[in-house]
Amino acid sequence: MKNKYSIFSLIKNAFSQHENWKQAWGDPEPKREYEAIIIGGGGHGLAKAYYLAKKHNMRNIAVLEKGWIGGGNTGRNTTIIRSNYLWDASAGLYDHALKIWENLSQELNYNIMFSQRGVMNLAHNLQDVRDLKRRTHANRLNGIDAVWLNTNQVKEFCPIINTSPDIRYPILGGTLQRRAGTARHDAVAWGYARGADEMGVDIIQNCEVKGIKRNGDQVEGVETSKGFIKTKKIGVVAAGHSSVIANMAGLKLPLESKPLQALVSEPVKPIIDTVVMSNAVHAYVSQSDKGELVIGAGTDAYISYTQRGSHDVVEGTLKAILELYPIFSRMKMLRQWGGIVDICPDASPIISKTNIKGLYFNCGWGTGGFKATPGSGDLFAHTIANDEPHKLNAAFNLNRFVSGDLVDEHGAAAVAH
Amino acid sequence: MFLINCPYCGERDQSEFSCGGEAHIVRPKQPTELSDNQWAEYLFMRKNIKGVQFERWNHAHGCRKWFNMVRDTSNDKIHAVYKMGEKPPVE
Repeated sequence: MKNKYSIFSLIKNAFSQHENWKQAWGDPEPKREYEAIIIGGGGHGLAKAYYLAKKHNMRNIAVLEKGWIGGGNTGRNTTIIRSNYLWDASAGLYDHALKIWENLSQELNYNIMFSQRGVMNLAHNLQDVRDLKRRTHANRLNGIDAVWLNTNQVKEFCPIINTSPDIRYPILGGTLQRRAGTARHDAVAWGYARGADEMGVDIIQNCEVKGIKRNGDQVEGVETSKGFIKTKKIGVVAAGHSSVIANMAGLKLPLESKPLQALVSEPVKPIIDTVVMSNAVHAYVSQSDKGELVIGAGTDAYISYTQRGSHDVVEGTLKAILELYPIFSRMKMLRQWGGIVDICPDASPIISKTNIKGLYFNCGWGTGGFKATPGSGDLFAHTIANDEPHKLNAAFNLNRFVSGDLVDEHGAAAVAH
Repeated sequence: MFLINCPYCGERDQSEFSCGGEAHIVRPKQPTELSDNQWAEYLFMRKNIKGVQFERWNHAHGCRKWFNMVRDTSNDKIHAVYKMGEKPPVE
């Protein structure tokens, strides 16, 4: 590796006031033709570029990003990573990602600050208890660590939770996945960008795709704000804007794009050392390394590309947070933002070929795509390189909406989608 | 978040309404004769437009009536509201 980051490089650069660090990735002008083009320079897109170059030896590729890399949902999510999904297909997909996360900092030589602090999911009524216990069993059959906690064990694991039986949604127990946790989202994009760049991938920022050129049922290239670029393979990883790109190719997808909000508080001393999610009241919270509470809210119930979201959604989330954690009642919120998430009818992603040759889609991650970043990149790279899905993403094809073989994680997943 | 001019009740907060998604998707006349592809198209495939979109809304916490709306999804501006059965306005 050209510029290996280590304690020695850190010391060496300290002597020159940290002014001589080399740029981690380049800023090239697009070539006229590439072997493959990836639309979307978020975590998923950059991971895909990295694995295409690394595992499939496709080096003549480009990532096109209309803004700056990691500036979309990669930089807007609440950074939670877990794999405790109910169905076998989802468990396989998300645990594949989790296994890559566990060694990713070493592999990329980039500290993504992966922290396996555990994710706890709360149950507030008898149906929740049954559903979560069932999911725990399903997880364990799939080799995913999961345990059921009773109310006292919940309190023991996270002492600031209000476990009084008198609250509106009392806590009857919860599940815990200890291998789950968080990672630094920007670092994931940067680490993959650096790794891909080093292998010769062109990362082209401020380059918006305006059209997709087709010759019959084969793609021929993309029209961009920096001119026409020829290619035979296009991988679309455009999250909330996937339908916009699909429309350019004359394709319709089973997606609806909605704003999903998150917010952070003022920074405080360490108070919550895990991630706690609640399905019924739709509120989840963790604490960043800077000390901010990171709070995830729900989606607006209508299509919008505004990256804002409604105030009443945040209000509802904070009401739930305050009832569960009365200790936060006088904290001030610092920032609130929205990202546009593309939601599938079955709340599972699409990692698939299409009926247009050379056009592939990786979309529909909805409200929970960050956790899958490395796995999604790896499997999508495999799909594109071999023109054939990997066995782990075979179920997540576009044809499932025709065959009816859906992967229905709606409500079955650990938090409502 | 925005205000919606319900054709029956007048201007109300958006949180009183629920969105029913894309409008003017016609239910198949002869469902038994549909192929799987046509069912997929009817049930799942959506335009999901960034820009001016026609959609159905319900005044769920009000008169509970359905109506149609023309809204720009890129800035949430509402261009027109019209009742069910009425012809969509032409821009």
